[in-house]
Amino acid sequence: MTDRIEPPSAADTPPAPRPPRWWLLLGRDRLAAVASAVLTLVVLVALSGRLFIGDRAQRQDLRASLRPPSLDHGVYGLLGTDVLGRSVLARLVDAAGTTLSVAVPAVLCSLVIGSALGLWAGYHGGVRESVTMRVADVILSFPSLLIAVVVLYVFAPSAMNIVLILAVTRVPVYLRTARAESAELRSRLFVDAARTFGTPSRKIIYWHVLPIVLPTLLTVATLDFCFVMLTESSLSFLGIGIQPPDVSWGLMVAQGRQYLGTAWWIAVLPGVAIVLTTVSATVLAAWARLATDPAQRWRLTLPRKRRGATAVPTEMIQ
Amino acid sequence: MKPSPFDPDRPALDVEGLCVDLRTPSGTVRAVDGVSFGVHRGRTLALLGESGCGKSMTALSVVGLLDPVAEVTGGAVRVGGTDTLRLSRAERRKLAGPVLSIVFQDALTALNPVQPVGRQLGEPFRIHRGFSRRRAEEEAVRLMTRVGIPEPRLRARAYPHQFSGGMRQRLLIAMAVALDPDVLIADEPTTALDVTVQAQIMRLLRDLQTERDMAVVLITHDLAVVAQRADDVVVMYAGTVVENGTVREVFSHPRHPYTKGLLDSVPEDAVRGRPLPAVPGSPPDLSAVPSGCVFQDRCPLVRERCVRERPPLRSVGASRSAACHFSEELHRV
Repeated sequence: MTDRIEPPSAADTPPAPRPPRWWLLLGRDRLAAVASAVLTLVVLVALSGRLFIGDRAQRQDLRASLRPPSLDHGVYGLLGTDVLGRSVLARLVDAAGTTLSVAVPAVLCSLVIGSALGLWAGYHGGVRESVTMRVADVILSFPSLLIAVVVLYVFAPSAMNIVLILAVTRVPVYLRTARAESAELRSRLFVDAARTFGTPSRKIIYWHVLPIVLPTLLTVATLDFCFVMLTESSLSFLGIGIQPPDVSWGLMVAQGRQYLGTAWWIAVLPGVAIVLTTVSATVLAAWARLATDPAQRWRLTLPRKRRGATAVPTEMIQ
Repeated sequence: MKPSPFDPDRPALDVEGLCVDLRTPSGTVRAVDGVSFGVHRGRTLALLGESGCGKSMTALSVVGLLDPVAEVTGGAVRVGGTDTLRLSRAERRKLAGPVLSIVFQDALTALNPVQPVGRQLGEPFRIHRGFSRRRAEEEAVRLMTRVGIPEPRLRARAYPHQFSGGMRQRLLIAMAVALDPDVLIADEPTTALDVTVQAQIMRLLRDLQTERDMAVVLITHDLAVVAQRADDVVVMYAGTVVENGTVREVFSHPRHPYTKGLLDSVPEDAVRGRPLPAVPGSPPDLSAVPSGCVFQDRCPLVRERCVRERPPLRSVGASRSAACHFSEELHRV
């Protein structure tokens, strides 16, 4: 046995230690660390914010109408008030819960359904692929906002219906990406190799195709997250999305639009919240793509060059 | 040549009259035309031929990995007596691994780049023996030890790109022999490797073969590998078998002008300053294979009969045959 172990190749392939823990990798990349902190904050606020603000988001005080952001009126006056004197901060906190409870399930639903169908269709090809893709084309051929308007006009505009309609209209995005990647991977040699020892196709998809496609799909999902939030705000603006007294970031932007000249903070602050959340999600997705790629992961473990230099390799910003 | 189904010395792998058609934009062409061979346990058969002669296509149809544009149109592939071409998909999957497996040429693309190798090596055990992931990885480590990977327990967690070419080929071999197959097909297993590593890989294959009493089909264009390693050889040209027999006999007295041409092109006796001997011309386009002998355009012995009539593969000795009208003549040369 020992005569078969050649020292040179043992030396040029040093033993691989356990892959570094993901939180260490995250710590290495400052931008991604900040992004994950922002996202954690948003999620915490969305989950538990309402416990702290009580009914502050709805409490009106006409004497305090349209106060600009200042330090003089306690915590709830920090970000100013709207035309009815409601605290913008409290409304932002309240809206975080509504916004995420629409956007996250919608994105997750379309991600799961779209990728599963796309992987299956792309892997098997033939009739299954054609039928699936034509259905996707039909969905894509309607403007998604139009479908949403029609459906929500016919049915009640409940949060559940908004989630469903947003999910259905976004399914083709994942479906097409997943199908394209899966059709390419199907002809790769390691998939053939798995077939030669009799791996059933659903296990091949799960073990060999999905792990390679997943980072791409997650990146698409984070970009789509932004789209879904904006669509939800458009629907709310048209009056068929989130219904008052509930409030979402998109609805706040819509409501604050008419005061843009006089009270900028009503529309701009929820807009900033949307941008911060989506940018953080995108940065984190880019980091995750690198951290889950075994051939690229080592880049994140490199020591930083100097203070201020970005630890993010250029490959990540794509 | 054709054993009865109950013959105890029935070949482990018996390919008979295999035909594969390829659909191309300019019509259907026959890539493999009536190829037959058999290999017993413990023996090694080499499929020899230049690029594009159909040897890989033969191997892929045996393991059932043909591209959708290719189709097996005739013949039988019997593995331990059952014709795999007539099995359902599910029955075939049961054979794949424990009975029949393949080592690919390009080890880097044959391993999943995002999975640790230990997990990939364990995959056959999880599928065919229903092992848990942990137990399958234990088996993988055992296999890695067997094929000579240093520090297997540590290396099982590494990814394919962290291995050298020779090590990757060892991993592929380990994966192929994981379930103790009766028949192992090695599709140019050493082509991508340098010469010293080639020798190690071939030695590993030989050791595993004797240890597990496998029948090995070695697909190659390397005459030296055939000479050292194989017991029997099948020489292919333009999708057909032109000569077969034991390596010793075929290599010492080739009975087909193509085999002779191949052997002469080994630069062993070449004279410095002279052009190296080679078989002139190139193999025929598969869509325009001549109706007579497939080798007529490049043959030094070509006559009128070769253009008219395709020579059948006929017996030219105790256990060998050649497809040439004038094989006796070649013998005298």
